[in-house]
Amino acid sequence: MSEQMQDFGSAYFIEPDNDPTETHVLAVIVANEPGVLARVIGLFSGRGYNIESLTVSETEHQQHLSRITVVTRATPSVIDQIRHQLNRIVPVRRVVDMTVRAKELALGGLIAREVALVKVAGQAGDRIEALRLADAFEAKVVDATSQHFIFELTAKSEKVEQFISIMEPLGLIEVCRTGVTAMNRGSQVM
Amino acid sequence: MADNQASAENSDGKIMSGAEIVIQALIDQGVDNIFGYPGGAVLPIFDEIFQQDQFRNILVRHEQAAGFAAEGYARSTGRVGVLLVTSGPGATNVVTPLQDALMDSIPLVCISGQVPTTLIGTDAFQEADTVGITRPCTKHNWLVKDVNDLARIIHEAFYVAKTGRPGPVLIDIPKDVQFAKGAYVTRKAMPRTTYQPETEGDSGAIRRATSLLATARKPIIYSGGGVINSGASAVQLLRELVNIGNFPITSTLVGLGAYPASGKNWLGMLGMHGTYEANMAMHDCDVMLAVGARFDDRITGRLDAFAPNAKIIHIDIDPSSINKTVFADVPLVGDVGHVLEQMVRHFRATKVSSQGLDLQMWWQQIEEWRKRCSLAYSRSQDVIMPQYAIQRLYELTQSYKPYITTEVGQHQMWTAQYFGFDEPNHFMTSGGLGSMGYGFPSAIGVQLAHPDDLVICVAGDASIQMNIQELATAIQHDLPVKTFIINNQYMGMVRQWQQLLHGNRLSHTYTEAMPDFVKLAEAYGAVGIRCSKPQDLDSKILQMIDCDKPVLFDCRVANLENCFPMIPSGRAHNDMLLPDEASAEAVANAIKDSGRGLV
Repeated sequence: MSEQMQDFGSAYFIEPDNDPTETHVLAVIVANEPGVLARVIGLFSGRGYNIESLTVSETEHQQHLSRITVVTRATPSVIDQIRHQLNRIVPVRRVVDMTVRAKELALGGLIAREVALVKVAGQAGDRIEALRLADAFEAKVVDATSQHFIFELTAKSEKVEQFISIMEPLGLIEVCRTGVTAMNRGSQVM
Repeated sequence: MADNQASAENSDGKIMSGAEIVIQALIDQGVDNIFGYPGGAVLPIFDEIFQQDQFRNILVRHEQAAGFAAEGYARSTGRVGVLLVTSGPGATNVVTPLQDALMDSIPLVCISGQVPTTLIGTDAFQEADTVGITRPCTKHNWLVKDVNDLARIIHEAFYVAKTGRPGPVLIDIPKDVQFAKGAYVTRKAMPRTTYQPETEGDSGAIRRATSLLATARKPIIYSGGGVINSGASAVQLLRELVNIGNFPITSTLVGLGAYPASGKNWLGMLGMHGTYEANMAMHDCDVMLAVGARFDDRITGRLDAFAPNAKIIHIDIDPSSINKTVFADVPLVGDVGHVLEQMVRHFRATKVSSQGLDLQMWWQQIEEWRKRCSLAYSRSQDVIMPQYAIQRLYELTQSYKPYITTEVGQHQMWTAQYFGFDEPNHFMTSGGLGSMGYGFPSAIGVQLAHPDDLVICVAGDASIQMNIQELATAIQHDLPVKTFIINNQYMGMVRQWQQLLHGNRLSHTYTEAMPDFVKLAEAYGAVGIRCSKPQDLDSKILQMIDCDKPVLFDCRVANLENCFPMIPSGRAHNDMLLPDEASAEAVANAIKDSGRGLV
């Protein structure tokens, strides 16, 4: 009896999934109606998928269509499943796995960018260093006093990360990021 | 019907109240019965129902029962089931049937009242975030904020519910929108919706599938509820395909009846409580045709040992069902009916005539498995065996072509195993969600749709009590549903798992205060019959059939009988626990320590 107590029993067969995971960018075109974002996010939380980044805005005003860009991390078969599950949502018009599409197009990879606003309030020497580095990263100064700078940086996520970590010892006090927005190269749509 | 169309055409563009729009739209959609329960936030709609006679509301005694009744109605007719409930608790009570319908792909339209738009978000009396709560348990839902959108949304709701993979939808209508005046739009005048699922199926894949099947040495067809949902022609085509290729066929719980249980190629149900021959054939097959089935975990058992040598062809209307848990070598997204039609045509065109000979070895093997008699059970002169009860119920009612519903548990599996279903839409059960309390209200919905037919709910003593109050509904609406309670004084299926996994410690599975079901039936004005002797069973079942009132049949069966065959968790299809091996010791040790860590 005590032996049986040691292992938990269940009516389910649980198989661990040890396949390696990949990061994919999905573009989801949706009818911009109330609750549509909740449907998309609810799908991810309800089915246990990851959201690493999410951006959304109406992109075609006349047709009331929004474009949602989701960055997710999962095994390839789960990524496929996410795409199909998204397609089941009634107001979802189209789902494109931008990462897969970029590989098919072979035009030099996906263009993925995010905007960061970074507030730095450092002391004398650090201020000069911060400005110099911002210049190297092509970050713009959008606000400044004798106490602080706000830098605006548009770049790949990795570069944004790098910029933030460099600013850390130079008086970084606040960060705000938009999340990834992405588009494929070439003349065709998505 | 002609009258309805005339009234619908005249009504296009007419200004009406929101409540009138609801009524007109339901009539326009050809609805003849709805299931509902009134309350503050739907009073204007109930007031309109009172003033018309084109459809009937069946007053239930609990909103959950309205949902299950609508499911039974929908499942047995192939039409959309409609229910109408109030805001707050009314809406939250339908969450279970909505999820149930979502998992078993049953088309439902649920209309719920909501507090007035100006009060939404203020924690008003009987307010709940209904669209928020029901978002994950519906295919789609709408909150109607403008009365001018109402007619369009109702028509769209019916379309979404029955198109593609069917499912439940919900329309939440605030009370002020029910009073407000707006323009009605007829079903025909409605703009084309953007929701257009793929139904045809890729012809290249269909050719590949056909040639795979034609060259298979050990083929099997595994069919599911999708075949029944697709309709009568899909069922016919499935039967034709089985005959053309002489394929063995098994089915899921929800798919029973698509191929007749009396057919010679029938192997019985597969899965956790499936027959030995069905599961062994699934395990050993070289080509598997999965039709409208979704590889549920109760079906597959251990995934890494599931049909290890099979090439799998998977037909499903929902692309997300394909490659979800089991990889499909030939994925076929489309309506089962369309795809089967093309497959049958290909088979006929290529004249696969030697097929019968090729499968001789396979059929011999299957005969060997059949000889194992996995559904055998010990008989008794003193006590009614539950399997015997179902078997006699089947044999004595067969000629009536009865509609059968079940609750959830051992009795459900015994019904699937021992009741032979020869026709689709005759077996209503909660498959995916496994909702106790489903069977009785569902039978009420079935009886309403088929007033002259014999409708039987096979129940357990525990699950019947989850919606027992619906006896009043059956009496009020003169629906002579027969409830056949397999009474073993336990929540038998849970107890079976406790025996398997939890050292036979029967934690809270013995019902210590069982009601007297005969008196209970009488209290509601129904008829109660009790039977505890095998020799009385036949005459009492006949007495039940002859009764023109609702009947509660308290069938006292052997208390400790368990449901076999069984694939214990952590095991593969070819590793079943059979009834003749299921000694107390074998049951206790069925799940080995290594498996225990995995399950």
